[in-house]
Amino acid sequence: MAKKLESDFSPTATQKDKTFPAPNYAAIAESPEFKSLKTKKRKFILPIAIFFLLCYITLPILTSYTTILNTNAFGDVAWVWVYSIALFIMTWTLCMIYVRKANGFDRDADEIFEKEKAGGYE
Amino acid sequence: MNAIGLSFFVGIVALTLFVTYLASKRTNSASEFYTAGGGLSGWQNGIAIAGDYLSAASFLGIAGAIALFGFDGFFYSIGYLVAYLVVLYIVAEPLRNLGRYTLADMIMARFDQKKIRAAAAVSTLTIVLFYMIAQLVGAGALIQLLLGIDYWIAVLLVGIMMTIYVLWGGMAATSWVQIIKAVLLMVGTVIISFLVLWKFNFNIFGMFTEMKSATAHGEAYLHPGVKYTNGLDTISMMIALVLGTAGLPHILMRFFTVKDAKTARSSVVFATWIVGAFYILTIFLGFGAAAFVGSETIIAANPAGNMAAPLLAQALGGDLLMSFVSAVAFATILAVVAGLVLSGASAFAHDLYGQIIKKGKVTEKEQMNAARLASVGVSVVSILLALGAQTMNVAFLVSLAFCIAASANLPVIIYTIYWKNFNTTGALSAIITGLVTALVLVLLSPNVWAADGSLFFTGEALFPLTNPAIISVPAGFVAGWVGTLVGARADLKKYAEVDVKANIGLK
Repeated sequence: MAKKLESDFSPTATQKDKTFPAPNYAAIAESPEFKSLKTKKRKFILPIAIFFLLCYITLPILTSYTTILNTNAFGDVAWVWVYSIALFIMTWTLCMIYVRKANGFDRDADEIFEKEKAGGYE
Repeated sequence: MNAIGLSFFVGIVALTLFVTYLASKRTNSASEFYTAGGGLSGWQNGIAIAGDYLSAASFLGIAGAIALFGFDGFFYSIGYLVAYLVVLYIVAEPLRNLGRYTLADMIMARFDQKKIRAAAAVSTLTIVLFYMIAQLVGAGALIQLLLGIDYWIAVLLVGIMMTIYVLWGGMAATSWVQIIKAVLLMVGTVIISFLVLWKFNFNIFGMFTEMKSATAHGEAYLHPGVKYTNGLDTISMMIALVLGTAGLPHILMRFFTVKDAKTARSSVVFATWIVGAFYILTIFLGFGAAAFVGSETIIAANPAGNMAAPLLAQALGGDLLMSFVSAVAFATILAVVAGLVLSGASAFAHDLYGQIIKKGKVTEKEQMNAARLASVGVSVVSILLALGAQTMNVAFLVSLAFCIAASANLPVIIYTIYWKNFNTTGALSAIITGLVTALVLVLLSPNVWAADGSLFFTGEALFPLTNPAIISVPAGFVAGWVGTLVGARADLKKYAEVDVKANIGLK
């Protein structure tokens, strides 16, 4: 492996030793396909992030200022435990949903990648 | 501790040293030192993330917290787990696509100013230090209990071992140590949980019924409120836990050890499953310790409850199981600590030394040496601090590290990735404000001040909460916003580049 200088590891340095010029980021950023990808991502990520953060913070809010979670749900298991396990299930579920969605985004991203390689953004 | 216990210890230590030795033969560049050459696969890195995450605070601290306080201890488990969603949805992939070795590198993709690099490095170091002291304090208590040696010797022992790991193998060594440790930890936890369930006749509902009268708290044990009586403080701590992971430098570095965003994604998912399963099992650890060891014994071993899990192992499986569990906890602490040293060392060597002092003109060899020297420096400082922190609660120190991560790092990470108009002034303000607010509020908190003089200072705490996240996190976000309004216009061309790279992974 050739001796590399520290500055070669900076993010922008990788373009210097390539045979093709740096991508035209501004053109890509303005393109309809990129914008649509970003919109798709935002419409997916933002609502879900708000949802799970609200679900999450509601737990300590309820336990700090009310006692409704102290009543028993099943046997001697109080609702507070049920709520907590529900948060676990929520986490695993949202994880799987993310992977599925992100694979879709990958396809769109790859299209843009290929178009850039083919010189479509000059 | 009998001969079996000692041989277990020696065995695990020898194994990890051997792995380190193997890894050191393949570590020849700065790239490999920091990130294992970017060659770990998704599941390997997933286990490594889990191993990194399930530190002594998780294993020892939460088990102890649940044992002593019932549901209130479980808050930690919930917080730590949901935090992963924040990482996965908001931060993981953009980070991988943009960053290189450190948090500062990721921000540097957009803002090329030494001041920001320095600020990010300082923030990283502060967090690493708090986290490290927590681990070393836990290690000290553990080894003190098991081997009967003095606390300070135990701390020194762990400190020296971790330095050896990092010096010889860097990230590759710590990655593999993490993987070994994660597997051992899960095995140990599953065994103990199984035994606990067995003693409760595999009847979970019956277990809950029995726990109603198993402790001095009576029925209140199963309800929140035994330990956390201040509502605002509880909410503040939960904010710190859920947002802190996304800002933790040593976790974030894990994303740089895989070759692309897709692998980073799958590794985070893997980790979430492992970590989630573990946190469910902490319920059994905590309940079991409360029922079969008893709070008096637990507190006698360590007032913060940190020895609950090993004591439970002893109660259920004798010295053999206790030795195994303790060796696992030891490996746990060792691995996390090694990862932390690496984070701190890279902040020094790569950001402060390589980029700022040497202005980027430094060879691989020089950077490697600087990293190794920095590793020793970070180790020494944290050992010294840990020696003075024997009576501090491990879980508290960790939640504080999370608070700082959430306040100083997260706002700037989010703004850098997502906000077009974010500028240098905003970045600087966000980091500094978040960091300083969190630190100052902690210094004024009941953690440090007590009217009866039992803590560091005597007097009334000016700030009533033990965890300041509810103030310092918004402070970081607001400062980032205000700083942006006040500062020079953002470089929109640069943002276009960052935006495209973060989303497409274009290099």
